[in-house]
Amino acid sequence: MNFSISDEQTMLADSISRFIDSDYDFDTRQKIVASDDGYSRDMWKTFAELGWTAVPFAETDGGLDGGPIEMMLIMEQFGRGLVVEPYLANIILAGGVLKRLATPAQREQWLAPLIAGELQAALAFAEPQSRFSPNNVQTTATESGDAYILNGKKTFVLNGGNAGVLIIPARTSGSNTEAAGISLFCIAADTPGISRQRYPTVDGSQAADIALVDVNVSSDSLLGNANDGYPILQTVVDEATLAVCAEAMGVMQTLQDKTLEYTKNRVQFGVPISSFQALQHRMVDTLMICEQSRSLLYWSVMLNNSSDPKAANSISALKYQIGTAGIKLAEEAVQLHGGMGMTWEMDIGHYFKRMTAINILFGNADHHLDRYISYGQS
Amino acid sequence: MNIDLTPEELAFRDEVRGFLADDYPEDIRRKRDEGVALTRDDTVRWHKALYKRSWFAVEWPVEYGGTGWTPVRKYLFANELAEANAPLVVPFGVKMVAPIIYTFGNDAQKSRFLPDILASNVWWCQGYSEPGSGSDLASLKTKADFDGSDYIVNGTKTWTTLGQHADWIFCLVRTRSDVARKQEGISFLLIDMKTPGVTVSPIITIEGGHEVNEVHFDNVRVPTENLVGEEGKGWTYGKVLLQHERVNIAGVAVSQYRLNKLKARAAESVRGADPLINNQSFARKIAALEIDLRALEYTELRTLASIATGQAPGPESSFLKIRGTEVQQAIDAMTMEAAGYYALPYVPTQYTLDFPDIDRIGEGIETRTSLQYFNNRKASIYGGSNEIQKNIIAKHVLGL
Repeated sequence: MNFSISDEQTMLADSISRFIDSDYDFDTRQKIVASDDGYSRDMWKTFAELGWTAVPFAETDGGLDGGPIEMMLIMEQFGRGLVVEPYLANIILAGGVLKRLATPAQREQWLAPLIAGELQAALAFAEPQSRFSPNNVQTTATESGDAYILNGKKTFVLNGGNAGVLIIPARTSGSNTEAAGISLFCIAADTPGISRQRYPTVDGSQAADIALVDVNVSSDSLLGNANDGYPILQTVVDEATLAVCAEAMGVMQTLQDKTLEYTKNRVQFGVPISSFQALQHRMVDTLMICEQSRSLLYWSVMLNNSSDPKAANSISALKYQIGTAGIKLAEEAVQLHGGMGMTWEMDIGHYFKRMTAINILFGNADHHLDRYISYGQS
Repeated sequence: MNIDLTPEELAFRDEVRGFLADDYPEDIRRKRDEGVALTRDDTVRWHKALYKRSWFAVEWPVEYGGTGWTPVRKYLFANELAEANAPLVVPFGVKMVAPIIYTFGNDAQKSRFLPDILASNVWWCQGYSEPGSGSDLASLKTKADFDGSDYIVNGTKTWTTLGQHADWIFCLVRTRSDVARKQEGISFLLIDMKTPGVTVSPIITIEGGHEVNEVHFDNVRVPTENLVGEEGKGWTYGKVLLQHERVNIAGVAVSQYRLNKLKARAAESVRGADPLINNQSFARKIAALEIDLRALEYTELRTLASIATGQAPGPESSFLKIRGTEVQQAIDAMTMEAAGYYALPYVPTQYTLDFPDIDRIGEGIETRTSLQYFNNRKASIYGGSNEIQKNIIAKHVLGL
């Protein structure tokens, strides 16, 4: 057992950290959020050139063979910079499904351009009624000769508006919440019958609601075997959950550091407000939240890196921590910044909003505590 | 980053298990499992069993008889001992005064005191707090006046844990009062409890137990050779000691053992009732507590890993004290909750091995849960209250 990272991993984290500091300041980020696409194509091109979009893929796919540790390092830095470029949607969600299930032809068509940064993709993991259960799929795919006809609705599809390709879970058999009977389809976003309503989200990200009406796709669109899609879907959602927890760590650490700095400089009653014990103890509490969360993050990343049987369980434990203690930290950061923390102009509120989104993404604290219990705890 | 244990580490864990199977005295094991308090002799025998295996002074440098273990080995060792419900080592000698002696003491003191601490021939206790000096420890008033040949000690120390068993006491005493800061003028003295003028009186705590004491010093003559380090530097030495104390305080492995026992108990049907774990509110509190404890476990591992790179335990040990005691007390409270009415009977005589089972109220150690709950409210108060720990973190970690 050890907690140190390799030289290569250190270099990766450092390169992203330097990029955030030099090229991704808060004003730049806000301009990107306000743009039509909601992300910067130039930035995305840079991510690909620097190799970041290739990290979690196999060398045979043109990737860099990265695992949970590399994902943690990348996502923590993205959290620090409040990066809105759709790394999660493209690389971790859509890429996570494709790298596991795509045939050589599908790899060439979808995965290669995705890794190269030339294709935007999305995984439709939620439906209007599904809340946080990826097995709750009512969208249907009916076999018709050599084709499937898809009908249904998807919601909160991250990057869904910009995506050129959509991965759609649809039910080919079974009842609404059954794990068996879910199939995954990889479909060009401009296929007739698909309509998309895109919208920004509170944290500066982009999502879309997608309606599928008699969408006729060839059976070549199927990823993996029919009816067997759920285990991979859940695995990928778990990876994404771990990834957003790492991102949350970057957000939390930044909030903690900025709040501490602010209270040292903000003078009231003739003294820096950091001299007040009532505030000091609250910042100690949030410091401990940071350290405790980081410990759970390392624990979960190491279990996932070792493919330990408790790996998925640990992700739920971590997500619960982020959704409870992490949210408390973010709320405290706004409180300690006083009125300034309430302004759109200051970055604090935007970090807070990203934490709020991360708490809900892939299941909130209650959902993950119940899931943790259902695993028989650890 | 890697969570897997190496073959050497796995072999070490088996070695510890073998030791516990062979050398953990059976009668002590039985008392522990029945919730019966250990005698002084029980504790010393357990210490000596560890000493015989060279595993008593885990943290000491190898040259003085320590283990030189990696953090992972220390972690595995603590886990295995907790899993066997073995007693915690009484820390005052081996974990508290010994590091001060081997770090700041002279050669004569090292050779005089360390071997007897290592072999548990001498029982030590701690003389820090005073009736008027709790959280404001530096305001202590126990005086040690130099009379030309010896120190003459007068004053009272309090909350002296297991002082009724002790042969020696290590004390913070005031050797000068004409100082700019009250932290100056404090010295670190070792005092033989048999010296004329030393008396010990018991303090009974809310659960009814005798664990802590007042120790009175009435013109107690202490030779200057018992001064550790420099006169007036005692505060500095004492702070180092407190940091050692705080790492030990977290008690992660023991909390893990207790939480597992509680979960097992909650999963059973007790007296025909539906297992408590089926109650959603209870199950969620247990799960949240377990996650908290896991976070603490890995925070401690990270702290130990940084100590292993040559750092002394610094102010971050205050985290472990705060979170460790909070988790312990949460387990106490949940254990009370699980016991229901059976938390309330107060029959101290039934916690002996020969008490007839037929007369026992509640099952096993059930009714002892309240004694543990009441007694362990001390955990967030001792070793520097948790509020003082937050002051320390605010000052030394956050730079406020």
